[in-house]
Formats: sequence, structure tokens, C-alpha cells
Amino acid sequence: MSRVNPVNQYLRMDRMPHIWCSGCGLGTTVNCFIRAIENCGYPREQISIVSGIGCTGRVAGYLKLDSFHTTHGRPIPFATGLKLANPKLKVVVISGDGDLFAIGGNHFIHAARRNMDLTVVCVNNFTYGMTGGQLTPTTPIDAISSTSPYGNFEEPFNLPFLAESAGAVYVARWTTYHVKQAARSIREAIQKNGLSFVEIISPCPTLYGRRNKLGDGLAMMKAFKENSAIVNGADTREVGLDFKGKIVCGKFIDREKPSFLDMYHTTMAERFGPFYEPYEGVQ
Amino acid sequence: MKADPKGVLTGAHFLDGDHACCEGALSAGCRFVAGYPITPSTEVVERIAARFPSVGGMFIQMEDEIASSIAIQGAVWGGAKAMTVTSGPGLSLMMEHVGLAAMLETPCVFVDVQRSGPSTGLPTMPAQGDMMQARWGSHGDYEIIALCPNSPQECYDLTIAAFNLAEEYRVPVMLMMDECVGHMTEKVIIPKAEDIEVTPRRYTTQKPGKYLPYQAGRSEIPLMVKAGDGYLFHVTGLTHDERGYPAMNAEAHDRCVRRLVEKIRNNARRIIRLEETDTADAEVVVVSYGITSRVAGKAIQMARADGLKVGHLRLITAWPFPEKRLRTLASHVKAFVLPELNFGQMFLELQRVIEGKSSCYPVPHAGGTVHEPEAIYQRILYAARHSRLKDKKEVAR
Amino acid sequence: MSDGKKSRGPRGVVTINAELCKGCGFCIEFCPSGVLAFSDTFNDKGYHTPQAVRPEACTGCDLCGAYCPDFAIFGMLKEKVVA
Repeated sequence: MSRVNPVNQYLRMDRMPHIWCSGCGLGTTVNCFIRAIENCGYPREQISIVSGIGCTGRVAGYLKLDSFHTTHGRPIPFATGLKLANPKLKVVVISGDGDLFAIGGNHFIHAARRNMDLTVVCVNNFTYGMTGGQLTPTTPIDAISSTSPYGNFEEPFNLPFLAESAGAVYVARWTTYHVKQAARSIREAIQKNGLSFVEIISPCPTLYGRRNKLGDGLAMMKAFKENSAIVNGADTREVGLDFKGKIVCGKFIDREKPSFLDMYHTTMAERFGPFYEPYEGVQ
Repeated sequence: MKADPKGVLTGAHFLDGDHACCEGALSAGCRFVAGYPITPSTEVVERIAARFPSVGGMFIQMEDEIASSIAIQGAVWGGAKAMTVTSGPGLSLMMEHVGLAAMLETPCVFVDVQRSGPSTGLPTMPAQGDMMQARWGSHGDYEIIALCPNSPQECYDLTIAAFNLAEEYRVPVMLMMDECVGHMTEKVIIPKAEDIEVTPRRYTTQKPGKYLPYQAGRSEIPLMVKAGDGYLFHVTGLTHDERGYPAMNAEAHDRCVRRLVEKIRNNARRIIRLEETDTADAEVVVVSYGITSRVAGKAIQMARADGLKVGHLRLITAWPFPEKRLRTLASHVKAFVLPELNFGQMFLELQRVIEGKSSCYPVPHAGGTVHEPEAIYQRILYAARHSRLKDKKEVAR
Repeated sequence: MSDGKKSRGPRGVVTINAELCKGCGFCIEFCPSGVLAFSDTFNDKGYHTPQAVRPEACTGCDLCGAYCPDFAIFGMLKEKVVA
């Protein structure tokens, strides 16, 4: 076939097919991300992608950008160093719910607090897929996982609320059913100054769906379609997720706040006056 | 390459080791530091925080040591020379990313101002108990380089050396200071920028598309790129092939890890720095490093006053360990004495390499203070009296 | 969207790379024009892949491409294919 999928130029086609299962939402999320960066106004050489570990951690390895597959839970501090070394880069972290909010939770809240100039995309499939479907900080109450075989009884994180509370300037949630909206939100998030956060609810049919009798990937996608409601500007305190419950999607937060680098420049210029060497990266 | 004069505070100063380390980093061209406060290392980052804004550097205090130890690696892949600074408990947390730096071959510097452990231990008091952790702390096989300054001047000099070695071999380099050296104030001479040799990052000259991130060639050390230059490269902490892509099989793993190990082992001769005094005709050689080398100096004086032939070998490079030199010495030395502020870490290594050819005696100490010179002196006396030459007098030249 | 366009024949072209397909069915389910259906044949990996059963209805919207987790299908406006 001579016609080539336009997304291929952004993918490491020499690594295809990828390792993700049939019906997994990660490829769909990658599609949304590619559509977002195509129209974001930044050349691809300037966009770096950083992932942690897990199924979502493999995203970096499939994208044909400067891409870093780091350690479990640590893509945000890696991205922080990368961004600060070269502020001209647009640095996007794509990782999973376990990576970003269990082992990496502390890094997320601090990146949001200091309003680090990063975009964080969390693919939330409510489980650790790579290790066999264990409980994560977003697994809903009553959901079964391999380490909560009698049903989860721990309160999960409401990620948009967490992101807003910690200081993120842009907070949105979509499911992999909402491909156009997700692509638009990721694009807006990349264009934003400061820490922007997009949660993508994604099916893990193999290890979350099957165990919880939610059907295959397609059945889970249909459920996203039926159970979701778009409420832009919704109060993030109200958007927590229940097992099989309503999924409130939309752009919840879009606010202006000086970023880490903005504050750095302002403070140092004030303190050092003519002796301040405007920080433009270390190269 | 010569140092960038902007960061070089040329002149004679009265500095403690921590501050001298900061100045060494600046002279070496370090412009990114991420750290988390921990006694007795905090003065390094305090001075960095004060000095950086006027020299175009960026300091960030991260939320913990784990974050600090990977933020520096992000910065390196963004083009910076970077370091982090900590003490034992923090170094324990950083081990994850010592491994990552080894695997990604990220040139970076970890400064460890050692205090007494285990756990919180004695935060304000010295020890040398992190020596084995520095070498073996992260999981899997890899090699690092570790340097042991014994004065503020050396804190300055060896910080520069640490950055240079990191660039040359693309490894994490550990600067193994200790509380005494860190908090001791002495004269430190900072040379003119044009007299400071600085190893620049070695970037590829190949075009995007041709370049392979882990194609090492005969030098065993691949050339680097940085984000933003259009190479669209990938690096991973997984076992990888020359393209930087994950390669999940035993053959690829052998190739990958073997090179990480061999690039240091095969260059050990060029990396290792020692300071030897009167070892040529010595019957007993004291092996020491860091602050303990200065206490040992006094003990050696005492022993020589008694007429004993005592030499001193100071490890400036602790890792890679100077196996060859010690084996050679073992062929004509009756005994080695190794005082250190731990219960025998480098001593194990010494014992291993001399293979019983000489006697060897530790002078263990839990830390919290330095040795009494008397304790080392007594051990030297004991070693001199109780060791025999084991039929090797002829072997010695 | 104007009503007149339907009668002017296919505006889009759908392309399927069967070897990358893992048969999830997202494209079939979410194609707004009902262009696709599962074929009876398997690819090398044993998945039923989609086929265009109503190619003339394709609008080239590329929603199939956006949904496809395996980068195995995409839609394109016909004029773009020619160009």
C-alpha cells in the first residue's frame, strides 16, 4: 500500500507493532498526542517526551521525538531538569496513574506547586497493567484488582481535584472515546505556561476490564461513551470517579499564574539588578 | 578546553570543604544543581544557590533526593553539566538514579559528604561508611568512579576532576567527602581560568538519521547528543541496543552491561590517582583516604620516630580500586594497615586484591569522630612485629 | 455539514494496514458513516481486521485513524490522496 498513515512520521515505525494489547487505549492516546503536537505551533525538534515505567511508560519509546524512558515514578523530576537546562524545549510527560500518582505522587504535587513549565498527561486505566493488574491510587472503590481480590476499599484520588489543589494552571479530563477533545486539550496544555495536566481515562481490557467484567476494549469504550458527561468548568471536587459511575469530562481549569521560570526571572532581576544574567538555559 | 572565567573565583581563599566543592563545580562549568538539604552537605547547595544567578546557572531545591538525582540527568540530556549533593541517607535514596546514570551513560556528579550511619546516625559527625554503597549501591552490574578529597583544596580540585572524568567516561562520578573535610576551613587556591583544564561534553558530529546513541566504537564511550538538536533520539533505562531501543534478550544485555563495566575497568590505569610516600622500601604500608589519611600521617610520623619503615598510600581514587599497584606492593611489603571510619569496607577490597601475599590489618572505627593517631600507630607497631615476609624478600626487586 | 455532499460520491479514502491491526473494532464502531465491518479473514497474528464495506460513504474524517490504537487505519480526503 503506497498510502502512508500521516501519524507514522511521528512514530518509530521500526518498533511497530507495539507491545500494547488489543483494545488498549494507549495507542489512541498517542494518536491524540500526535494530533495535538501537529497543531501546537512548536517544531517537533523542540518537543521532548518523558515517560516513567509501565505500559504508559512505553509511550516515549514509540514516539519519534527526543524521548526519554526514565525510572518508575520519576519522569516529572527528569522533565524538570530537562526543561530548566533548556527552557526553549516543550517538555511533555506521559505516564500512567500508578507511575505518576503512587510512586511519583510527591513529584507531581511539587511540580504543580512550583508551577514548573511542563505538560503532564496521565493515562488513567485504574491499574498497573505491566505487572499484572494491581491496585493503583485511582482504582475505584469495589473494583477488583490482583492485590485487592475482595474489592478495593481505599479511597482513590480524584486527579483533577488533586491537580487543581496543588496549583496546576490547566486541568482537563477526557476518555479515549473523546479523541478530538483530548487532542485539543493536550494541544492547549502544551501551549500553556506553567504546569498543565490532562487526564485520559483509558481502557485496560486485559487486566482491569476482564477482572471487573467490563468486557473487552470496545465494550469499555462504549461504556465511556454512555457514562460520560461533558461539563466544562466543572467543580473539580465533584468529578471523582466511582466504579462504573458517571465520568465527568471537560476542561475544568484554565487559569493564569506565573510559572517557575517566570518567577525565577522576576525574583533574580529584582535582586541582582544589572548583575543578573538572564537565565536562558545552560548551553 | 579552558574553564569559563565567569564562574572562576581566582585567588587565595579561606574556605571550608563544602564551599570549595561549590567553587570547584563552578570552575568545572557546572551550571545546573538540584539538591535537597542534608547535614553536613547543605553548605554546598547554599553557596550554589547564592552564586548561580550571577553566572547563568540554575539551582533548584527538589522535593527529595530521588527527584534531585534524576533532575540532574534531565539537565544533562538538555545540555548542562550537572551535579547533586547529599549525605548518606540521601545517597541511599539516590541509588536508583546512580543506576540510571550508569545505564543511560549520563555524565554527572554525585557529591556525598559522609556522616555516621546507618540510618539517621550522627548527622553532624564524620564517617566513611558509604564507600561500598557508592560502589555497589544500585542493583545490577555497573562501574562508577569515586574520588576522596582530604582537604578543602582537594574538594575544589577533585570536584573539577569529577566533572572531567564524568565527561570523559560518561559515568556518574562520586565525590566522597566526609563531615570533617566538608566543614574544615583552610586555604584554597583557585587558579586563573586559563590554567584550569575542563573536559567538554563530547557531542557527535554525525547527522540526524545516521547517529546511533550507543554506538561506541573502539573508545568504548559513545558520543552524546542533547534534546532539541533534531536527533529525535530515544534513551531508556531498559537494556538497549546501539539505537537506544529496548532489547530484551540475554545477548543484548551482555553487550550492553559488558561495555558499561569494561569502559571503566579497561581504563582504570588512566583513571586512578594515588599519593605514595616512602612506599619503595617500606615494611608496612598504611593505606588510607579522605580525612583519615591526615590522621594516619601523624601515626606514620610516630612509627618512623621509632625507626620503623612505614610507607603511606593514599587513595585519591577509591573506585576503581588500584588493584595492580597494591598487588605489586604486596610482593615486597610485610603488612598493610588500613584505618577507615567504618568497620572495614575498603579493607575488604584490600584483602581481596593482595590475596594473602601480605598481612593486612584494619583499624576499624564506627565514626562520629576521627581515629586517635595512637590507635593507628599501635596497629602499625603490631603489624611490623607480627607479620613475616613469607619468602618474598627475593621477589622485592 | 450540507446535505448535498452525500450524493457526490465518496469524499474520502480509508486505508487499512492489516498487519498492524489487533482487531479491537474501535474503527468499525466509531466510524460515523458506517464504512467499516470486520472481514472474515485473519491477519498474520490471527486477528479479524476491518474492511471497507461501504467505501463510497467515507468522508475522509480520519476518526478511524484517531481511534485506532495500532496506527493500522486512517482516512483521508480524496483530493489529498491525489495531491
